[in-house]
Amino acid sequence: MQADKWLQPRDNGLYCVAADCYIDPTAPVNRALITHGHADHAIGGHHSVIATAPTIAIMRTRYGEDMAETVEALDYGHTIELGDPDDPVSCTFYPAGHILGSAQILLCYRGTRVVISGDYKRQPDPTCPPFTAINCDVFITEATFALPVFKHPPIEQECEKLLQSLARFPERCHLVGVYALGKCQRMILGLRALGYHQPIYLHGAQRRLCDLYEEHGINLGQLIDVTDVADKSELAGEIVLAPPSALSDRWSRSLPEVRKAMASGWMQIRARAHQRQVELPLIVSDHSDWQALLDTIAEVNPGEVWITHGREDALLHQLTTQGVRARALSLIGYDEDATD
Amino acid sequence: METFSQLLQQLYFTSSNNEKSRLLRHYLAQTADPDRGWAIAALAGTLKFEFFKRNAVKNLMLERVDPDLFAMSYDYVGEMSETVAHLWPDATTNIELPGLAELIDQFRQANREQVKALLVHYLSGMTAEQRWSLLKLGTRGLRVGLSARSVKRILAEYGDVPISEIETLWHALRPPYRELFDWLEGRAEKPDIAGAVTYHPVMLSHPLPEDKARQLSVEDWQVEYKYDGIRVQLVMTEQGKALFSRTGDDISESFPDVLAGIDEHGVIDGELLVINNGKIESFNALQQRLNRKKPSKKLIAERPAGIVVYDLLTDNHENITPLPLTLRRQRLINWLSRAASNHLLISPLLSVASSEQLQQTYAKAAEDPGVEGLMLKRKESPYQPGRPSGQWYKWKREALHLDAVIMYAQRGHGKRSSFYSDFTFGVWQDDTLLPIGKAYSGFTDEELKKLDNWVRRNAVGRFGPVREVKKELVVEVAFDAIHPSSRHKSGVALRFPRFHRIRWDKPASEADTLANARALIIE
Repeated sequence: MQADKWLQPRDNGLYCVAADCYIDPTAPVNRALITHGHADHAIGGHHSVIATAPTIAIMRTRYGEDMAETVEALDYGHTIELGDPDDPVSCTFYPAGHILGSAQILLCYRGTRVVISGDYKRQPDPTCPPFTAINCDVFITEATFALPVFKHPPIEQECEKLLQSLARFPERCHLVGVYALGKCQRMILGLRALGYHQPIYLHGAQRRLCDLYEEHGINLGQLIDVTDVADKSELAGEIVLAPPSALSDRWSRSLPEVRKAMASGWMQIRARAHQRQVELPLIVSDHSDWQALLDTIAEVNPGEVWITHGREDALLHQLTTQGVRARALSLIGYDEDATD
Repeated sequence: METFSQLLQQLYFTSSNNEKSRLLRHYLAQTADPDRGWAIAALAGTLKFEFFKRNAVKNLMLERVDPDLFAMSYDYVGEMSETVAHLWPDATTNIELPGLAELIDQFRQANREQVKALLVHYLSGMTAEQRWSLLKLGTRGLRVGLSARSVKRILAEYGDVPISEIETLWHALRPPYRELFDWLEGRAEKPDIAGAVTYHPVMLSHPLPEDKARQLSVEDWQVEYKYDGIRVQLVMTEQGKALFSRTGDDISESFPDVLAGIDEHGVIDGELLVINNGKIESFNALQQRLNRKKPSKKLIAERPAGIVVYDLLTDNHENITPLPLTLRRQRLINWLSRAASNHLLISPLLSVASSEQLQQTYAKAAEDPGVEGLMLKRKESPYQPGRPSGQWYKWKREALHLDAVIMYAQRGHGKRSSFYSDFTFGVWQDDTLLPIGKAYSGFTDEELKKLDNWVRRNAVGRFGPVREVKKELVVEVAFDAIHPSSRHKSGVALRFPRFHRIRWDKPASEADTLANARALIIE
């Protein structure tokens, strides 16, 4: 049965008619399938939630133990059936390579296979298994960085930039803006991989999710809360990770000779870096850049591509030019800036 | 070129002036002539030619990318050089680049077709950052947050010489500035610039301290009007003639009427104004000439420019700056009679015999739209570049005031980088606030903290770096003058607005109206 008959964009997000559930709904609903834990995809207050175990743990950390009435953890590669037992929708999660617990969701109904990829990237990430290409009729892709200007360099190169700056400005506290979930831990591991084993300092907002990553067996090395440092002058020449909002905030005024850095895919655009008065822009993204989007779509080779949040126009134009069937879904509520 | 590109990236993202200075001095010490001289030229804006046109770059790009994707990318990035820098296909291996001087030379020697080939060759072998640097350099659009003045300051720091000496030499030297570096690094004497058509650093005044006017013994002081134009310098030698703005920019092309027909050699200091049949017009009239690089005959006829002359630095070949003002003025009068130009008027002396008379003269000046107060100059004063104390005073007309409402705020730079310190304010027209200006000074550090806090608590919207705030806070804004302006929605523009008082107590509804503001315009 044609996919758009049983899977439709609604006000609260993508809705599966045949299984009576939403995928990544932006308002509380009865049943939600969640691709990953970023706040614009996973909110609290649904009646029942189906997600990977790490995503459920992330949601509990953020929204409390009672973030939903009932939860069901689904491992990668396992299938459950939803909807009418006599006419079911089967649902399987596959790795998306975006952050810890991130999943693509394969929905299969009356022989039609749809993959909702959520956010995904193709660069290696030690915190989650790599994106797997799944054979499908419809592939639903994000388009956050869907412009040919976006080229994400390897994370090693960007972490190296940070370490070089640290060597060059040993008297300055390097304050790095990172989103608390995913980017923060990936940056830490990127630095560790280059042999940086000094303590890394955390703004209070980063702590709980770092602990959660540790609980999932991801060793982040020695992390110290900035609030536990009595003499802030000791932070000269150290790396402090903070949410982007804290970069220009009063919070940072207590730190010695701050050198502002920010790790985000947006940092490739000078005006974006300037607006945040970032001195050291680090181009680190958990999304796919332009080429990775095109390569992925070629690899998945679906019958049709649906494009969700981001720069849909450019991707739609490119796919159409290539002769790939594509359409833009107008889903609202996914904050382009919130998670990268 | 690799190191120059790196320098540009570092300067671009560094906000601290000290850090910028350190970066540039490090580069100068590590880089040989003539590369470093061309780098200075690129940064200080003295590179006088374009390598290629923006449109040529765009066309080359369109041969390599789908035009729709280019348009969408450009729309998103908002800037041509950066869009092309990212969109240009990356090389598998980057080529070795020539030094900056050689690169500039290659482009300068190339004809139009060769320029294209060169550009493609380099863009295809460069990193995105290097591409950005080349495109910015080649279209003379290099802005890395370093003013020409800062470049000179840093050169002075580099050679440990006073900045005034750099300023004196600057306009007589040409890239790649070998003789400048030879001198700064102690290998040669200071370059000799006698006879060059070049800008000379000017003497500046201090504001007259309060009550000082009553204490002056008026017989020691020369009193003139303070004109509301722009300070200029007219330089004429056997090598040529030029008109310079106060920043040392050669503005001769914009004011051919002033330069025409003057053949007398010398350097004169004065105020550029629109002077119609001997009548001085307002700054607003001058503004129309200032906005034109090359004025039309019609505009020149309608708004003829002239100079109200007040000092002479060089009389023919002779440097007369050590002479006292009264003697310089005698020489100036003689010089003007020889020059015999009706575009040059002498700044008349105001006869003031007593302290009371000085007060009356000041009060009268305040009512004249062509002047902005008085100048008091010590009769004995030599002409000293810079701002020597106790020699020249400006006694400006009292500031005008309006109660305006804060509408938008933006974070400041450098030290103020985490504080909201730049404010747009407006006045009422019926129920609507119309912005009339921006101010970022006039408050204390303590007030700045309070303002910053207020913005954070009262922000209602965001446009990029700009926060919109609740229309609740009234400030008493001071400014020097108000003019009609077609460039602002409110139809008025303020001269040098700044905070006078923050009216935490005053309801926004009681702030001034646009009609109140218009009433302050002196026609």
